[in-house]
Amino acid sequence: MKLTLRVWRQKNADADGAMSTYEVDGISSDMSFLEMLDTLNEELILKGEDPVAFDHDCREGICGACSLVINGEAHGPERTTTCQLHMRSFKDGDTIDIEPWRASAFPVIKDLVVDRSALDRIIQAGGYITAPTGAAPEAHATPVPKPDADFAFEHAECIGCGACVAACPNGAAMLFTSAKVNHLNVLPQGAPERETRVLDMVAQMDDEGFGGCTLTGECATACPKGIPLVSITSMNKEWLRAARKAAKR
Amino acid sequence: MARTVWDSSVGKKTVMAVSGLIMLLYLVAHMIGNLKIYFGAEEFNRYAHWLRTVGEPFMHYEWTLWLIRVVLVVAVVAHAVSAYQLSRRDIKARPDKYVHKKPRASYATRTMRWGGVILGLFIVWHILDLTTGTVHPGGFQEGRPYQNVLDTFSTWYGNVIYIVAMLALGLHIRHGFWSAAQTLGAGSRTRDRALKTVANILALLLTAGFIAVPVGVMTGVVS
Ligand code: HEM
Ligand code: SF4
Ligand code: FES
Repeated sequence: MKLTLRVWRQKNADADGAMSTYEVDGISSDMSFLEMLDTLNEELILKGEDPVAFDHDCREGICGACSLVINGEAHGPERTTTCQLHMRSFKDGDTIDIEPWRASAFPVIKDLVVDRSALDRIIQAGGYITAPTGAAPEAHATPVPKPDADFAFEHAECIGCGACVAACPNGAAMLFTSAKVNHLNVLPQGAPERETRVLDMVAQMDDEGFGGCTLTGECATACPKGIPLVSITSMNKEWLRAARKAAKR
Repeated sequence: MARTVWDSSVGKKTVMAVSGLIMLLYLVAHMIGNLKIYFGAEEFNRYAHWLRTVGEPFMHYEWTLWLIRVVLVVAVVAHAVSAYQLSRRDIKARPDKYVHKKPRASYATRTMRWGGVILGLFIVWHILDLTTGTVHPGGFQEGRPYQNVLDTFSTWYGNVIYIVAMLALGLHIRHGFWSAAQTLGAGSRTRDRALKTVANILALLLTAGFIAVPVGVMTGVVS
């Protein structure tokens, strides 16, 4: 396949960026999207140009490092991560627009790489349990009802990629935060911090400059792990419960 | 608790949901009351007078009405201030648009902000027109609401403003009612379809019910 790529190029955080056009040829439909970019970068390096910077790590769809808004959609046209997107989703002769995640809480570092540490700080604010660590405890020691375990697992699937933020017209991190809150709040292990967790994580989310939810649903459509929009409803419920309980203390 | 709620984006959204639902409840009652216009001047004016005597003898003349007015003013102000503050925060959180645009969310979802502004302006005009009579076309008559309504809907602009605002209201409620359920944590996977249906029915019923009044005057059924 022969493709025209329009890629966001930006030297550093302070520089102005712009879309640059590149032609790539000899792309196999079995290549992943990132392998296609690797091909482009090899050519750029041979020509003595600066390769396009983009984030990636596992390339297995599990780490959450890869990003990219492809033709206006976070992680591109399929419901998966960019590393698991294959070139068979495109046609010979296509023009593909590639842009970084856009949100003021995700400043661009270089080209397509953005700083997502704001999500880490939301986790630090409460996305953990304070149980003693050490050897893994006997799994049956703490019984968890099956529906609760399923609910927790569904939310634990979030890989923290930030596609929800990139897709949201308000740059909101509600889907990410709700996935993390719901995952721990439903489990007995997460019970001791049930109230502080949701209050602190939402407060951190606000402090980082993320927007609020207007329930457009763009986040859930973009999420490669299928975290549903109703997760936000569940978090709102947890938040209201926690705010009421905190007021009584 | 008040501080926690007002300082949080999630809490402020709760204020929007609760104030929105209070206004919605009022609008259902208001719409039903308005339909009495179809039963003639005597019944309509008597209904308007009754609104001022509700709760007597426990309440003095107009006390109940003023109580409702105060609650509504608080709801409108809380709703509009939260909407303004949250919208500013949302716009600031996403300053750079994507070069490659894609089709966005549904019409009702996208028009919440502009629709809300239209509703806010409408509320001001509506009160100046039919409550205080400040901008009323023709001589405004205290205690003769039937004639006042006829006067307003005998002007082309009265009909246009009113009908546009009621269409905006329908769209606002369509997304708003369902949204409020999510904000208050009342939504769920199994309840989603029911909530969307109720939102659509409420939107349709209110829009049609309110618009029935100018349509009645325009067609001469109400005269
Ligand atoms: C003063 C005029 C008004 C303004 C400026 C306004 C503005 C807004 C805005 C910007 C939203 C948020 C949209 C979103 O989050 O997607 C909203 C939501 C809402 N509005 Fe209004 N609106 C007004 C009047 C009304 C009226 C008259 C009603 C009564 C039916 C109403 C009911 C609602 C409801 C129920 C919500 C949903 C709250 C939530 O998302 O939790 N609004 N409004
Ligand atoms: S909720 Fe989905 S889109 Fe958002 S960070 Fe988690 S995995 Fe990525
Ligand atoms: S590189 Fe790890 S999820 Fe894509």
